[in-house]
Amino acid sequence: MTNDLLQPAIAPQAKPFRLNTSQKALILFFVILAVFLALWELGAALKIFLPIMPSASQTLKDFWFWISDPFFDYGPNDKGIGLLLLTSLRRVMIGFLIGSAIAVPLGILIGLSPVVSQAVDPFIQILRPVSPLAWLPLGLALMRDSEKTALFVIAITSTWPTLMNTKFGVSNVDSSYLNVAKTLGASRWRTIRKVILPAAAPSIVAGLRISMGIAWLVIVAAEILLSGGIGYFIWNEWNNLKITSIITAILIVGLVGVLLDRLFALLQSWVSFGQRS
Amino acid sequence: MRSSYINPVSAPMETAAHLSIQNVSKIYPGRRSLLDKTLRRTSPDFTAIADIDLEIEPNTFVSIIGPSGCGKSTLLNIIAGLSYPTTGAIVLNGKPITGPGPDRGVVFQNYALMPWMTVAENIRFAVETVYPAMPLAQQKNIVHEYINLVGLRRAERKHPHELSGGMKQRVGIARALAINPQMLLMDEPFGALDALTRGFLQDEIERIWEQERKTVILITHSIEEALLLSDKIVMMTRGPAARIAQVLDVPFPRPRKREQLDQYPEYHELKAAMEHHLSFETRVVEESRIKATA
Ligand SMILES: Nc1ncnc2c1ncn2[C@@H]1O[C@H](COP(=O)(O)OP(=O)(O)OP(=O)(O)O)[C@@H](O)[C@H]1O
Ligand SMILES: [Mg+2]
Repeated sequence: MTNDLLQPAIAPQAKPFRLNTSQKALILFFVILAVFLALWELGAALKIFLPIMPSASQTLKDFWFWISDPFFDYGPNDKGIGLLLLTSLRRVMIGFLIGSAIAVPLGILIGLSPVVSQAVDPFIQILRPVSPLAWLPLGLALMRDSEKTALFVIAITSTWPTLMNTKFGVSNVDSSYLNVAKTLGASRWRTIRKVILPAAAPSIVAGLRISMGIAWLVIVAAEILLSGGIGYFIWNEWNNLKITSIITAILIVGLVGVLLDRLFALLQSWVSFGQRS
Repeated sequence: MRSSYINPVSAPMETAAHLSIQNVSKIYPGRRSLLDKTLRRTSPDFTAIADIDLEIEPNTFVSIIGPSGCGKSTLLNIIAGLSYPTTGAIVLNGKPITGPGPDRGVVFQNYALMPWMTVAENIRFAVETVYPAMPLAQQKNIVHEYINLVGLRRAERKHPHELSGGMKQRVGIARALAINPQMLLMDEPFGALDALTRGFLQDEIERIWEQERKTVILITHSIEEALLLSDKIVMMTRGPAARIAQVLDVPFPRPRKREQLDQYPEYHELKAAMEHHLSFETRVVEESRIKATA
């Protein structure tokens, strides 16, 4: 160490080429991707995998086919991936909106009132851990319609995280904000509107973000059992033994999931103003 | 009260608050429920302050100083109406205090600014809450007036997380004053600030107080701060059951300048008396703590 410092600079004009962390990470990312694709291609060429497994190049070709023309429509079982996504997204949005429209007001109510909170808690505790798919048959029985059942399942499963986070945010408002409102003599209603809700906004949005993630997880599973949308597509292509389409759909579902999550992350930083969460 | 709001900065003070603290004690109840008993974590009741009697004349600046943990915040919170005395009463202008209210402006040690509101919005929130019937233009005028008073004109559209601690507390002071309270209550308002900013804000408080006299109660740990700002200094004993040990009169003429204070012979006497009291009380507290741990 000290030796290094004492030595004269050997070639100061040859500034060493340095990469920052994210540049290094990007390079590593492409290396991993390339190695993965190469092994995949090699494995397929050497017939190491089962014959049903397509090669990497074939998969990439089919991936390009699907995303180069996303909106074709040749009948109910032959639609472009963009149209399928739109169907799934529409369901997720409607179900998520219904779920949030229940979760946010209810969360505020139970966050404000310890009595309501304790009274409602057993219902929440019991229903919350139930797998989303367990609601499917009940939905079918109640709605007698696959579309509505999908919305029902999405709505129910996207309720819980928002509900819990809203309740937490509302009941844990920094007491100094509440003291300010009290010393000003603010009415209960004004305190809720101007202090408690804005203070709880970061946790409410954090809840919405988790809910949206779960809704997007669940829609694929729900559509496999119902019909239409990207989930049904995956199941249909499995019946057609088109593995490349399945892989394409998986990648696209993942990308859309990331996009939705980023959107809510933006919203979250927008309501946070340097607060915690 | 609402109709009596006249242009607050330029108008002469027409509200003068006389505060009478009568025999106030605060006992924090200990833990002794059945659950606590089974978990063997009961604790006895804790008497924080006992038999506090104090008359505060209108438009005087009173500082409360005492060893750490003696119950200064407890007393101030009771005056603010955020907490209740176990015995005794606090009477403001002949009326007992029953809860918080805008006749007492509070400046908080941790600033307590709403992070989602800008500087102007924070002050505006206070004005609008206290004077909902006031015309919008007048509300805005008041907000601007107080932003100017504390010298934050250029920061009025900023959010609290973009401000330094000193600037935040200026907003806290402007917010407390903008509702034109009869009293100003401050609990270690500069406790979290560095020494230079603290000195600067003390000078500001002295300047603002010259413009706008109010009955002020300031809790502080700083002897110099108390001597610079106060008419009276209330020294409390150590807790538990803390009491008022002595009330000192600070006779220096106003406006005061920090640099000139030590020209007065009384300055050194008062300072020595306070140092003696505080170091004695603190030493006893620390010694009893050492004994308790040994
Ligand atoms: N809610 C409470 N329950 C029980 N004891 C409390 C409670 N609040 C304060 N105390 C106790 O009452 C005493 C006085 O507390 P207080 O905060 O009023 O002191 P303080 O003089 O403001 O102290 P500091 O100088 O550190 O701000 C302390 O011993 C504290 O432990
Ligand atoms: Mg305190």
